[in-house]
Amino acid sequence: MIKEKEQAALLSQERLAEKIYSIWIRTQAAESAVPGQFMSVYTEDRSRLLPRPISICEIDKERHALRMVYRVTGEHTGTKQFSLLQAGDRILVIGPLGNGFPLERGRGKQVFLIGGGIGVPPILELAKQLECENKQIIVGYRDEQTFLRESFEEHGRLYIATEDGSVGCRGNVMDAVKENGLEADLIYACGPAPMLRAVKAYAEERQIECYISMEERMACGIGACLGCVCKSSGTDDHSNVKNKRICKDGPVFLSTEVEI
Amino acid sequence: MNMSVNIAGVEWKNPVTTASGTFGSGVEFSEYVDLNQLGAVTTKGVANVPWPGNPTPRVAEVYGGMMNAIGLQNPGIELFCKRDIPFLKQYDTRIIVNVCGKSEEDYCEAAERLADEPVDMLEINISCPNVKEGGIAFGQNPKAAEQITRAVKRYARQPVIMKLSPNVTDIGEMAKAVEAGGADAVSLINTLTGMKIDIHKKAFVLANQTGGVSGPAIHPIAVRMVYQAAQAVKVPIIGMGGISCAEDAIEFILAGASAVSVGTANFHNPSVTMEILKDIEEYMKQEGFERISEMVGLVNHR
Repeated sequence: MIKEKEQAALLSQERLAEKIYSIWIRTQAAESAVPGQFMSVYTEDRSRLLPRPISICEIDKERHALRMVYRVTGEHTGTKQFSLLQAGDRILVIGPLGNGFPLERGRGKQVFLIGGGIGVPPILELAKQLECENKQIIVGYRDEQTFLRESFEEHGRLYIATEDGSVGCRGNVMDAVKENGLEADLIYACGPAPMLRAVKAYAEERQIECYISMEERMACGIGACLGCVCKSSGTDDHSNVKNKRICKDGPVFLSTEVEI
Repeated sequence: MNMSVNIAGVEWKNPVTTASGTFGSGVEFSEYVDLNQLGAVTTKGVANVPWPGNPTPRVAEVYGGMMNAIGLQNPGIELFCKRDIPFLKQYDTRIIVNVCGKSEEDYCEAAERLADEPVDMLEINISCPNVKEGGIAFGQNPKAAEQITRAVKRYARQPVIMKLSPNVTDIGEMAKAVEAGGADAVSLINTLTGMKIDIHKKAFVLANQTGGVSGPAIHPIAVRMVYQAAQAVKVPIIGMGGISCAEDAIEFILAGASAVSVGTANFHNPSVTMEILKDIEEYMKQEGFERISEMVGLVNHR
């Protein structure tokens, strides 16, 4: 079966916070998608030709639908165009892409689910599906615009950190971990590189198994162009050098496999 | 109607191939493209030894195109021969291996290693703007280009396509130089050197500072250069640069290209090569062409 770009139907669009939007789309990708995977989303504008990799926030297999929560990155951007689409419009996608979080590792464990900034959304479907002993969700935001907060509260014990201290702990997600005296024997995390660096260091210092979802500028999204590599700690089988492809080999990596 | 073309003695079933670096060795794209339908697969550049490439960010979008500075990351010729060539051999398509290097010896070593492999043609990349040594250094000086062509030809058992850079003053002179060096064909254009600055961070967007611009924005420049090269040399030309539809591809053929490569458009639409092929056929039907060769360079003869 040759795969193609899919014309997905936009079911709804909602603004969650400043520059943060949420869409539900009907797509066959919902059948096989797992938490931590992403979709390549294309604009109809041929002057903006690269797909936008957007993480999957929720999966509704019954409705054949996926939710994606994304940030509009500027006035004349592809994500701005996405934010103008309305229910009933079509949106071109390929996916699901990437590997996703290894859910089975969480069984019977005390777990941190850590999200920061626009890395928060993929943690939601993970929180919904993960079966573990103690589900501690730690999410970091810039300010009081704590999007998806209510949804997280339904799926685990929620701890919030904000940079300006307006909600929860002042500081970042690791400050929230310390302030609340939290402990884990497994960590899943998605967020900006400085956050992942801190999470990785924390996990490795304590020898905690830790999976981080990385991001990088992508072009093809399917592993061919080598645009979105990260440094790997050992020689990678595919690249034969110390590089892994975030879109294809990731975006989720065991923290000890990669360097940030 | 006959879609086949003959490039330096190698028969392709149709004139459409993939631009090196945009298609890997076809593994990933084989989920989206029936590789059997392509005239040829041109692989990502491979060197005599593995190269790690440049730091990230390596890619950026620009209006009507993109910039890349991958830096020719590749697994080295040994793994390539063991893994990628056998993969491609499963398909009924021509295999063009793009070869990169930092020195004359590097290129020759890779060409020699490929001599007994079941590949149909070599494309020698002397035009990558994103590596400091080799690459472009050979592609911007006619004497050096002629010399490297002659050297590679001594080791290559397959026909040699020299891939030219647009970052030169006189593309005709460069085409003539590699033809004099014994090139069996030329392909052009590689990417144009560009730069993008993030005005909020006040920093270069690409870690490499500069990158190669590709995509629809460069198409008219590429058509002009293919036309100029076609006026300058007799060897066949593979035209590329910003092809995203059959119309773009046909312009190259009318300008003098015998075949075309599709690059950046694969990122916008992974099945684009199939669509381009179908639409070239449609155009030929409508215009009453029986063979691709009837169209090559036709812009001159009307």
